Order: sequence, then structure tokens, then C-alpha cells
Amino acid sequence: MLARRVIPCLDVDNGRVVKGTNFVNLTDEGDPAELADRYAREGADEIVFLDITAAHEKRGTVLDVVRRTASRAFVPLTVGGGVRSVDEMRAVLRAGADKVSFNTAAVAEPELLTACAERFGSQAVVCAIDARRLPPVEGTAPRWEVVTHGGRQPTELEAVAWAVRVVELGAGELLVTSMDRDGTGSGFDTDLLAAIAGRVRVPVIASGGAAGPDDFVAAVRDGKADAVLAATIFHRRTHSIADVKSAMAAAGLPVRRTEEWAA
Amino acid sequence: MGAGGARIAVLDYGAANMVSITRALATVGADPVVVAEPACLTDVDALVVPGVGAAAPAMDHLRERGMLEPLREWVRAGKPCLGICLGFQLFFDASDEGNAPTLGLLSGRTVALESAPTLPHIGWNSVEFVREHPLFDGVSSGSYFYFVHSFAPAPNDPSIILSRTTHGRPFVSAVAQGSLYGLQFHPEKSSDAGLRVLANFVGVVNGSRATPAGVA
Repeated sequence: MLARRVIPCLDVDNGRVVKGTNFVNLTDEGDPAELADRYAREGADEIVFLDITAAHEKRGTVLDVVRRTASRAFVPLTVGGGVRSVDEMRAVLRAGADKVSFNTAAVAEPELLTACAERFGSQAVVCAIDARRLPPVEGTAPRWEVVTHGGRQPTELEAVAWAVRVVELGAGELLVTSMDRDGTGSGFDTDLLAAIAGRVRVPVIASGGAAGPDDFVAAVRDGKADAVLAATIFHRRTHSIADVKSAMAAAGLPVRRTEEWAA
Repeated sequence: MGAGGARIAVLDYGAANMVSITRALATVGADPVVVAEPACLTDVDALVVPGVGAAAPAMDHLRERGMLEPLREWVRAGKPCLGICLGFQLFFDASDEGNAPTLGLLSGRTVALESAPTLPHIGWNSVEFVREHPLFDGVSSGSYFYFVHSFAPAPNDPSIILSRTTHGRPFVSAVAQGSLYGLQFHPEKSSDAGLRVLANFVGVVNGSRATPAGVA
């Protein structure tokens, strides 16, 4: 039985882990490789590095982070942010990553997903979809718009249709973030997740809004997500990965338990 | 092990994350060396064929690098060889992925996981043992390993099957035939359970290194 994955996400700026809200008030939180290794030992099923390095000349710093992490933490690694070409993706994979996540670049140049999937396989191509709920219309199902640039830029793309399209283009997995919920701790937007998961066959990773273990359960049970990603609650140690997995297991969801290896 | 660790060639044919597999092998005491041409196969104790992605381009890369025959000869000579994911699938006769003829070292065909609820099959899934084997020493049946694939081989000879995993339908997740081993999952991405399987492979290699030549 395929386990539902629990994935911590690390924001990496210039080779360091940072946390902050909307990319301001960033606080240095240490070495990403060290933190990733700790999460892996605590049972993380995968690690996502979101590279938010702004300065172009510093972009290579994430490669070093990936290389050092892959040398010690033997779990899957995904890098999101800043990859805009087949060559840049190759460099990230060669450094030791397994997947690359495309967000703004996919909206700007959808063919990039196809080119990367043809070269490296769909399983290595993740499309990140940041979605914001559109004003409700009486008597109709909710709708969401794709946004980019951390939610500041609307695209006029409808999120469910965009999800279907990027899978056709070659994405092998979708990382779906509710920008209404992100950073609010008010739970995942399970309507959004279920709307997308019901229309695609590739795995859907839920993101945005986790406050506690029950939210992870809801993302899988109600949102039909295959995996759940969170940053803040793990960084602040509000909840451990084990807490989250215990809650999921108690709700009857299949998870990979790691206790058997602790001895 | 230690300084005298088994020298394990990891085949680089442009289809794999070389960092993880070489670091994982080193972590379990082997001495991995990345090889991209046949000449480098002399002076190594075992061969690992990693890989993710599509079968047809992978076979093209192996052909371009003159690796097809050396690889077949290596296996026919009974030297230890471990295929991982795509590398494992290439051992069979052909793949439905791109309708590609593959190495033909094991009888059978690689076919799509057509009834799977999600594809690709990405994530940690339980590996249920069909029989005991040194490759799984210290690992319990039902342990989770990391998978990333949409196709899986269907061996014609059931006696080579070590384990099965279910995603939509049961598929073969590990085989062994003589010194040829194949894993559909990625041990180099499967945390402690994966490292244990790699350590077991290295143990088998060390054993085969010590016995036939009689040289200590």
C-alpha cells in the first residue's frame, strides 16, 4: 500500500535556511543540509528545497546545498524555484536532486515542462500551482485562479484547468498551494485539492495552511492528496513529523513508520 | 570492508542521480567508482546499473558508449550486478515504454502499471517478500521503500521473484538470478531500509570476492 508522504519544505536563500512571511523579515535558521538530514532522521518522506535566492550570481548556492544533503540524507530531494531551462534542471539533478518543481517558469513557458519531461522523465518534473480562490458566485462550484510571484501576480488561468494542462504537458506530480491559506494556519484548502485530484492521475501534494496534525489528515481524507507539505509547523517544532504521522495512522491512513529503525 | 571495501562500478549513462547511489554505497563501506566506458570495468568487484527515466533513450546511451556487450558479458560471466529501477527493467527482453528492445539478460517484458490509481507511482510503498534472500537480511517483509516509476517488469520465470509490491495491482519489486539482482525501488533513496539492502549487496560481493579465487 502506497504510504501518504509527509514532506517538510525548507526555504533556502543564498545557501541558508530562512523563514519569514511573504519573503520579508527573513531570519537565518541555519544550514539546509543539516536541517534536511535531521528531518530525514525524524521520518520525513522527502525534502523540498525552495530556492528563494534573488541575486542571479548566487543561484549556484542551492546546488551546493543539494550536493551536501544528498551525501548524507538518503531520501528524495526536490528543488523548486529558479530553474528555467533543461540545462539548469540537469545541473540540479546532477547535484543529487530527484525532482525539480516549476512554478512561475511553467506559467511563462509551459513548453519547458514538456522539454524537461522528455529529457528526464515525467517523474522528475513537478509543477507547483499557487492558487487563490475567486469571489464566490451564488449557486456555482468554487473556482481558483493561478497566481505567481508569491501570490502578487494574477494569471487569469483557472487552477483546475491549468492542472489538467500541465499534466498533459509532462508534469508527473503537482504541488498545490492555497495562497488564501498559506501562512495563516487555518488548514489546507481541501476543496481546491479535491477539485484538482479528481481531474488528474498524477500525485497531488497539498501545501499551504497546515497548523496541526489534523490538517494533514484532512488534506488526504477530504482533499484526496497523496502527500502533504509544510514548513512552519516543523521549523518551529510546534509538531514533529512523528506527531503528524501518528495522527494520520490513527485516522487509518497508510504512512511509513520509522520507529522500527530507531533501535 | 573499510579500506579494502568492495570496488563497485556505478554505470553512468546519463540516466541517474549519481551522487545518491555512490554516497550510499560509500556509507555502507564499499568503494564506489563511477564508470562511463567499458575499459573501466576491469579491476572492479561488482557493477551497479542505476537509472530513472525512459528505456529507449537509456538503451541509446548505452549503445553510444559501447556498453551493451561489456554489460552482457559481465552478467554472463556471473559477476555481481545490481540493477535499480530503470537499470533493473533494462535487464529484461523489452520494454513497452517506447517499445524498446532491452538487454535480454532476464526473460520477460517491462509493462505499464495500467490499473494504478495514480501514475507515476511515486512514494514509499511496502515490499512484501515472496521468499527469503540475503539481499533482505535484517529487513522485515512489508518494510517501506521509495519508488518512482510507471512501468514494471513481468518476469517469465517466477523462481527469480524475491518480492512484490502493490499499486493498483501487484508487481515484482525485487528479483535475483545467480549474481544478478534487480530492485524496482531506489535503495539509495530509501533511508535506513535502503542502506541495509545496499549493505547486504556489498556483503554478497565481499563473499563472492573472497571465495572463488581463494585469495584472502
